[in-house]
Amino acid sequence: MIRLAGARTLFFKEVLRFWKVGFQTVAAPVLTAMMYLLIFGHVMQGRVEVFPGVGYTSFLIPGLVMMSVLQNSFANSSSSLVQSKITGNLVFLLLSPLSHWAWFVAYVGASMVRGLVVGLGVFLVTVWFAPPAFAQPLWIVVFMVLGSGMLGALGLIAGLWADKFDQMAGFQNFIIMPMTFLSGVFYSVHSLPTFWLQVSHLNPFFYMIDGFRRGFFGTSDVSPWISLGVVGGSFVVVSAVALHLLKTGYKLRP
Amino acid sequence: MPAVSFQQVEKTYTGASGTFRALDSVSFDIPQGEFFGLLGPNGAGKTTLISVLAGLTRPSGGRVTVMGFDVQRDAAAARKALGVVPQELVFDPFFTVREALRIQSGYFGVRRNGAWIDELLEHLGLTDKADANMRQLSGGMKRRVLVAQALVHRPPVIVLDEPTAGVDVELRQTLWAFIARLNREGHTVLLTTHYLEEAEALCHRIGMLKQGKLVALDRTANLLAATASTMLRFKTDQALPAALAGQARVTGRIVQLKARDAADVERLLAALREAQVRIEDLEIGRADLEDVFLEIMHAGGRQPALDGATGLGDVPASAGVAA
Repeated sequence: MIRLAGARTLFFKEVLRFWKVGFQTVAAPVLTAMMYLLIFGHVMQGRVEVFPGVGYTSFLIPGLVMMSVLQNSFANSSSSLVQSKITGNLVFLLLSPLSHWAWFVAYVGASMVRGLVVGLGVFLVTVWFAPPAFAQPLWIVVFMVLGSGMLGALGLIAGLWADKFDQMAGFQNFIIMPMTFLSGVFYSVHSLPTFWLQVSHLNPFFYMIDGFRRGFFGTSDVSPWISLGVVGGSFVVVSAVALHLLKTGYKLRP
Repeated sequence: MPAVSFQQVEKTYTGASGTFRALDSVSFDIPQGEFFGLLGPNGAGKTTLISVLAGLTRPSGGRVTVMGFDVQRDAAAARKALGVVPQELVFDPFFTVREALRIQSGYFGVRRNGAWIDELLEHLGLTDKADANMRQLSGGMKRRVLVAQALVHRPPVIVLDEPTAGVDVELRQTLWAFIARLNREGHTVLLTTHYLEEAEALCHRIGMLKQGKLVALDRTANLLAATASTMLRFKTDQALPAALAGQARVTGRIVQLKARDAADVERLLAALREAQVRIEDLEIGRADLEDVFLEIMHAGGRQPALDGATGLGDVPASAGVAA
């Protein structure tokens, strides 16, 4: 049975937590994305044309938006949990009657909000450089919601697993960063050698970026329906693992 | 129905250095409305027992209930009935005092709780700190907030794990006045403390843990009566004769010697006179809980002076019965 009593409070608390330090959690990633756009856009504009009739800067903007959504959704649940574990204040939640569903919905929900707020911020500051089209806007919404949800759930798993900040940094630097960079944010995977093209197709992040871009340009490397299947399936699997860990009290209730 | 029931609770930790038995078949009940003290030296298992009660740790065996709810199988209901003040001075640095209390209240599904939160703030002397960030508070103030957080959902059972460790005298008195009031109003209180005079003054009944086992369980008055009832206290700068040194408790210049009766007092004084020990400020008084505690904890290999598991009058009938 899904019991959600108290989830609303935990959700608002998690949103309030990142909002109170918004300079660090929202403004900083927006600035980083803008730097990427200024540098890569300036260097590459006019040299590559990934999709017919789409300039490089236009191509890059949705990629940067989605990358920011994914990284910040992951960062929210993972860093909140690890901080609470290390400072010990997770005990307030552990003493509460919140069910594993309530934990999941609140942490993942707040992560999605952070991802979407940062994504919107990145879009608003980059859109002026090359106004994009919104060819199939529903895909934009679908992939943004599913992508942020999956990364929020993945952050929950990482936060439960990590006992120290350096373990979390390892998870972020050796798993999340390579997967986002090798997902086609900065290029079309079709420009890669065959081997790396095949490797990219094993990366669920690739489908999130590709499906998201489809919404802007109406064209993509693979069918958006395939992307939807991969991303939706990954979301279900990651969520099931996170819920299982919460239910069994993995590293929470020894 | 007891407020809290521990039934053959076991907790074993297996690590690289072998198996450690933190709790060894602990069984006792705390009736509703009681003020119960759980005592024991560091590492005796007090915090482990409370962690099992609060659902923070899973027992390796046995069963614990709070107001009839099993803490494992009916965890949500058990946790709603429980307010726990943790031993560690933890806080969430993102929020103010009032925000922290509202959030904790919301976790328990209690909304529009402003009046009770105001009352808690007032009773714990926190009203003028309500809108201060948790980080700005002194250690004693943070401790008060922990107490308020534990009480925010009006739990029938209150657990205080070393609530006065490192806390100034004024807060201790405010805190105990408030907790005693809640106890009079019907709340059950389970307290662990290192300040034995607090336990003696407040607790109706006392349980003592030693190496994970319950070694004493009785009414505070009975515990005091059952041990050596007289203590000889004096000050001296000289060494005690060997015969007395072994049984004396020495704190700086202060020496305490246990005496069974008046004749024993005379025997001790005679021994001191014979050894030509100059003594000052001689007092003859009743033994306090600290004496009882030390006697039980130093019982060593032999059978402890009191054994709750074998039943000392006051042990509820259901204690010690396997689930």
